[in-house]
Amino acid sequence: MKRSPQPIVRRSLATAVMALALAGIAPGHAATPRDTLVVAFAFDDIITMDPAEAFEISAGEIMGNVYDRLVRFDVSDPSKLYGDVAKSWTVGADGKTYAFELKPGLKFASGNPLTAEDVAFSLQRAVLLDKTPAFILTQFGFTKENVKERIKQTGPLTLTIETEKSFAPSFVLNCLTANVAAIVDKKLVLSKEANNDLGYGWLKTNYAGSGPLKLKEWRANEIVALERNDNYYGEKSKLPRVIYRHVKEAATQRLLLEKGDADIARNLTPQDLTALAANKEIKTTSTPKGTVYYFSLNQKNPILAKAEVREAMKWLVDYSAIGDTLIKNIGVVHQNFLPVGLLGASTENPYKLDVDKAKALLAKAGYPNGFKVTIDMRTVQPVQGITEAFQQTAKRAGIDVEILPGDGKQTLTKYRARTHDMYIGQWGADYWDPHTNADTFARNPDNADDAKSKPLAWRNAWAIPELTKKSDAAVLERDPAKRKAMYEEMQADFRKSSPFVMLYQQTEVAAMRSDVDGLKLGPTSDTTYMFRVSKK
Amino acid sequence: MRASNVLGRFLVVILLTYLGLLAVTFFIGRVIPIDPVLAIVGDRAPEHVVARVREELGLNKPLWEQFYIYVSKVVHGDFGTSVLTSNPVMQDIRRTFPATFELATLGIIIGAGIGVPLGVWAAVKRGGLVDQIVRVMGLVGYSIPIFWLGLMALVVFYARLGWVSGPGRIDIVYEYTLVPVTGLLLLDSARAGEWQAFGNALSHLILPASLLGYFSLAYISRMTRSFMLNELAQEYIVAARAKGLSEARIIWRHALRNAMVPLVTVIALSYAGLLEGSVLTETVFAWPGLGLYLTNSLQNADMNAVLGATIVVGSIFVGLNLLSDLLYQMLDPRTRAMVQAR
Repeated sequence: MKRSPQPIVRRSLATAVMALALAGIAPGHAATPRDTLVVAFAFDDIITMDPAEAFEISAGEIMGNVYDRLVRFDVSDPSKLYGDVAKSWTVGADGKTYAFELKPGLKFASGNPLTAEDVAFSLQRAVLLDKTPAFILTQFGFTKENVKERIKQTGPLTLTIETEKSFAPSFVLNCLTANVAAIVDKKLVLSKEANNDLGYGWLKTNYAGSGPLKLKEWRANEIVALERNDNYYGEKSKLPRVIYRHVKEAATQRLLLEKGDADIARNLTPQDLTALAANKEIKTTSTPKGTVYYFSLNQKNPILAKAEVREAMKWLVDYSAIGDTLIKNIGVVHQNFLPVGLLGASTENPYKLDVDKAKALLAKAGYPNGFKVTIDMRTVQPVQGITEAFQQTAKRAGIDVEILPGDGKQTLTKYRARTHDMYIGQWGADYWDPHTNADTFARNPDNADDAKSKPLAWRNAWAIPELTKKSDAAVLERDPAKRKAMYEEMQADFRKSSPFVMLYQQTEVAAMRSDVDGLKLGPTSDTTYMFRVSKK
Repeated sequence: MRASNVLGRFLVVILLTYLGLLAVTFFIGRVIPIDPVLAIVGDRAPEHVVARVREELGLNKPLWEQFYIYVSKVVHGDFGTSVLTSNPVMQDIRRTFPATFELATLGIIIGAGIGVPLGVWAAVKRGGLVDQIVRVMGLVGYSIPIFWLGLMALVVFYARLGWVSGPGRIDIVYEYTLVPVTGLLLLDSARAGEWQAFGNALSHLILPASLLGYFSLAYISRMTRSFMLNELAQEYIVAARAKGLSEARIIWRHALRNAMVPLVTVIALSYAGLLEGSVLTETVFAWPGLGLYLTNSLQNADMNAVLGATIVVGSIFVGLNLLSDLLYQMLDPRTRAMVQAR
């Protein structure tokens, strides 16, 4: 009995030795396969592949590559919209009815034809499922009860969408570029339906789209494999295969890239990027993202609720030092709630480090010797560095900032319960329209603890009836020039009085091998198109 | 005592161990200040969506009721679904555990295969060069973070020298040619006769496994040394020498055989430690194993996944403990006699 394992051990040892002789343990492939794009990417945020539910940054990118929608915006000029599956559209005189006509002869990756029935079904499905991103559609007044009335197929290739109010057309169309409005294969999805779930259980880990690439496999925290969709209506994907590998550690991503085992690395640190600048085999590309970083001051704290204290905080950040060091290459100082790129975004940055001014304001507020305050912070860079820098500068005005470090979900849980003093956070645009940020930073319809909607203004208990009215008006303004002016005015108000110390706008940087061509990072997570990338 | 009685008592102990393990993990999981709903709906969800998901997860029910529901499902073999991966927890574990198993097994083979002889040598030549080397290796093993050493090893052996393949389990080219049967890439590729894939998987595996091997080696060699020193000071060694036995026979057959008894436990526990997955090693080497899965689940309060993984880790410890007990009986005649006497 005791001896029996031995032959097996011996055999596998022999096997190992043989394999070593055959393949050698020497260097693996120094380059990725020519027909495959390998992307090193941290994508542990992905929890679903259903476009009606997917709302995470990494999932957004996959959705943008594998699903089509009615309209998309031009990645080079986000103010321009173009039809994706839509051939044309018109807005009714009442400003509420949008009629779409689809391109003829479209097909899903499954081979099923793509018609207006699929489009209407997909939009209705997103409203009926009512997952997190559904609000992007339901803000037009769709409910589970009325959605089948308001989103209607009118012919094989035509459909109408009826909004409750006469919104700015740019706002409605911009929202239709979002993932939640992506088109799913009705026939396929319904064939997988269980318990009337509209195929939700199945689509979480499967694919039913028509995009330039199709999803072959998602293995959580391991791999996302995309393949060329030969049924795609437009220009086919340049490469037949795109493989995302989950690589959490930035230093590891860098090694893979330098060695040629990855074509693109997506999550490098500023230090890595600086070090790679000298490497001739590596190049980088960057794009300003729709994500802004900020400190916020909970207005439930009576000290932080004073107007002078709010303003003083804005003079206690060393913006230029932060810009030159901590966020070099990955961000640009930005003191407005609308990121550059969105309609009406202001580029005015009036604040700089001015301790004397801050001290005077604090004295006026009744705190000539400062006060004590806590700040909740995620232990990730550059957030940690920025908070520590602020701790130093605030001390010069007598403010004693105690940092409470935590994991992302932990600090967020506290923030959402509004039991923090100060918080350092980030906010990415949910869809490409200024209302997305106005809705959260400058709108708080109900400041009560049990409010139905809890935007960032609510989380910091900032009661703003006036600004809320302005936000509501701006989204209904149909004249683009007037609409733009309204957002500019709101930002000016916000800069002065808000409990948000806006810090910077994120720049996303990707590093790639020099033979990679055609990579352009989109301003939103769902507009980085891998199907346009080729290898020389 | 009859064998069935022993077995019965053993089963009760195991069941209680599992129940305790589940209860502790469950209640700790519920008191950590992370809202599990956040992992599912994200930061942007409207309040009614948050409330609905909380209801769906049963988080509105009293804690004891949640625990009761969970345990009764587990008894029926249903470990629930991970909210992060949308897969049944056991399916996730079947996918991640082989990666860790392959790594840990090669790691412990390296660790024990080199650590034990090294420890013996250090004990025999106490104060000699080998002893000093073992001491330094032990010290380095304890004091250098595995994270750093892993990165350095990658820089040197992968990036600079190109002796081994880099992070990940296998090159992309083999990713979709190799059919996973067991999930153990070495075994799968050998069964399919794909020797190139085998070599590739091995060259990916060798660096992280050596690293884990090194850390267990540092510990195992120190323990071996001290057990051996203890044995070599015993009277039976003097007697053996007086009988004129060769030094090699005294060391390897007599002293080591006795030192093996406690050493088996040390090795088994080191192995169990490796099998629960080394988060840092898995992070640096982009190794999709159990450690990474468990940590990620924990950070998102994905309790079904955490509990499922905890049960697996618990089973490993119980299993390896049992195994080392059995080995004890084989190695130590006294324990054998005791069982027979009972």
